[in-house]
Amino acid sequence: MTAHSTLIDRHERRWIAISAALLASFAVLIGIAGFALGVQVPTLEQRVDPAKLNEDPVWSQPGVREIVPGRKYEVYIIAQTWMFVPREIVVPAGAKVTFYVTSRDIQHGFKVLDTDLNVQVIPGYVGKLSYTFKEPGEYKFICTEYCGLGHAAMAGVIKVVPPEEYQSSQ
Amino acid sequence: MGEYTLTRSEKRFIGWHLFIAISALAIGSFYGPMQAFNYAGWNFYPTLKKWHIAESYYQGLTLHGVLNAVVWTTFFITGFLTFNMIYGLKRPLKYPKLNALGFWMMVVGLVLTAYAILANQASVLYTFYPPMKASWIFYLGLVLLVVGSWIEGYGFYFTLHQWKKDNPGVRTPFIAFASVATMVLWQLATLGVAIETLFMLLPWSLGWLEGIDIQLARTFFWWFGHPLVYFWLLPAYISWYGYLPKQAGGKLFSDTMARLAFWLFILLSVPVGFHHQFVDPGVAPGWKYIHALLTLSVVIPSMMTLFTVVASLEYAGIKRGGKGLLGWLAKLPWDDPIVAAQLLAGLLFIFGGIGGVVNASYNTNLILHNTAWVPGHFHLTVSTAVTLTFMGISYWLVPYLTGRELCCRKVALAQVYLWATGMAIFSQAMHSLGLLGAPRRTPLGEAPYVPPEWSGLLLRVGIGGIFLLIAVYMYIWIMAHTAFFGRKAEKPVEVQVAEPMQDVQLTPEWLDAWKPWIAGAVGLILIAYTPVLMELISHMVPVAAPKMKLW
Repeated sequence: MTAHSTLIDRHERRWIAISAALLASFAVLIGIAGFALGVQVPTLEQRVDPAKLNEDPVWSQPGVREIVPGRKYEVYIIAQTWMFVPREIVVPAGAKVTFYVTSRDIQHGFKVLDTDLNVQVIPGYVGKLSYTFKEPGEYKFICTEYCGLGHAAMAGVIKVVPPEEYQSSQ
Repeated sequence: MGEYTLTRSEKRFIGWHLFIAISALAIGSFYGPMQAFNYAGWNFYPTLKKWHIAESYYQGLTLHGVLNAVVWTTFFITGFLTFNMIYGLKRPLKYPKLNALGFWMMVVGLVLTAYAILANQASVLYTFYPPMKASWIFYLGLVLLVVGSWIEGYGFYFTLHQWKKDNPGVRTPFIAFASVATMVLWQLATLGVAIETLFMLLPWSLGWLEGIDIQLARTFFWWFGHPLVYFWLLPAYISWYGYLPKQAGGKLFSDTMARLAFWLFILLSVPVGFHHQFVDPGVAPGWKYIHALLTLSVVIPSMMTLFTVVASLEYAGIKRGGKGLLGWLAKLPWDDPIVAAQLLAGLLFIFGGIGGVVNASYNTNLILHNTAWVPGHFHLTVSTAVTLTFMGISYWLVPYLTGRELCCRKVALAQVYLWATGMAIFSQAMHSLGLLGAPRRTPLGEAPYVPPEWSGLLLRVGIGGIFLLIAVYMYIWIMAHTAFFGRKAEKPVEVQVAEPMQDVQLTPEWLDAWKPWIAGAVGLILIAYTPVLMELISHMVPVAAPKMKLW
């Protein structure tokens, strides 16, 4: 090693060590955020034939499902050229919402503005991702993958309402 | 020792590469600013449609992506690497006809691909994600383009092999070594897209396959898609290590570290593709995290490059009379377009690198995946670090190849600064838009959901586009004027290859041995990809193409 080390400048060795330490600390931090604190990337829920969504008991009825009132909700969204089904979703603030997203035809993107909800929508695959909307308000979701001429207009909205209001509207 | 010169036919062969590269840039770069103008609310696409220059924003975007990111880069790189091989080894190619075959195959591929796009049969962007389906002519053209570049690479291998036989024990000259390394990286990388195209897209587009698995196709694509950026970047690094120190008036600080950096790129730059697929449902989080770690490790050779290049420049600046901690910086020849192009490229690349670390960092990617941040990022890397360096290279290489003087040096100098300024304005605004959630690949001038708060940034994207539109055609004009009407040079251009500070023979021998590094790279690719590919292949969901044309 010593023979080689003389070829690497002392300052450069230090520079590489500092760079490596910095990158290692990034790796640890994103690992903790992802696997311990739950800032997690989307995962696979199931595979599904995109041509047969209408025959599927779950996917023939996309939309919101209440699992535990006020606390837990599931939302099924189908992306297709050039719209989301459904386009409008209402959930209460403070509840954990799990999204299941798939495509009926080609690739799309599903991104909810002002959140870290983001999934590549791939026909044949159902992406799963969760979020708790703390504040009531309107959150737009948009298609972020090129899908043809109507792509720029492909969007929808999540209406997050105060829990009391949500219960009375049901 | 007399100056080694290339023969007329070698110069012409390399010249053809550059001619096609620059012609592609001339067409492709017209559409980039049109997209930027659409963002700013100046939508020229209806006019372009009327004049049959572009049927849609997306045809323009496909032309911009394919011609600039694939054709300009691949042809410029194969041409520049061919020069490095011949000039670096001071010998002709072993089989010039083999390289010519590769080149003409690339040209045929280009013609087919361009035909499909121009006929509006392939507005699928340069990632051509299925199941959106282009004409089979598009995929066939891409295959020929890639295979042609492989054949040119084989020509390099034979040439190096012969040189090593003739020069036992001598370290391969850096520019030739690094050129072969770049080709090795390219061949490892393009295996992924070759599998995707040959076994999935091409038979499917010809109707021989009913459906293909989309997640699998994406995974093969990104096996290729990220090392592709290193295929663009490494030739710029060759110039920064191998030429720039001399052009700036100094020497290469460390030949050893330059070579080590190239080996680390071969080792680490392929098994990182999942960092483009962090939000894909079909890849497990654990594997995504492993690729994130590998991507962070590939930052190390770039940090080494930063150190070595800056140290080489510092030496040059001190030799030119620079005093104090940063005095050397001011003494560098900022008024030489060849040097200034590379200095500005390197400077903006620092921000490209920082953005790249953010992209690669697993969950931070959730914020920016498929947003305007991403094109903001790669316009600092491929369009500035790489393209601006290539422009700087062409300011000496084209005069060398044609035997004509570079026309209008001052225009060239202004061109370089305009390009860097335009890219800085454009990229900064794109990064900010991305953080606010603006999607990429979208004519934001027409999207109904764009809030009024984005308008200032959208305007800045358009202003960046104005700078770039002017700067690119200044470049094209300088190149055309030099190559076809330039004054005959009285004495040939002196090729400025940097000498290392230490004797090259002191560079350890294991840095000139190919087999262990390539074996290591193949091993890492197998480890990083086999389990996920096996899982995807054993659960394929065949998906058919949409029944109608979507663009």
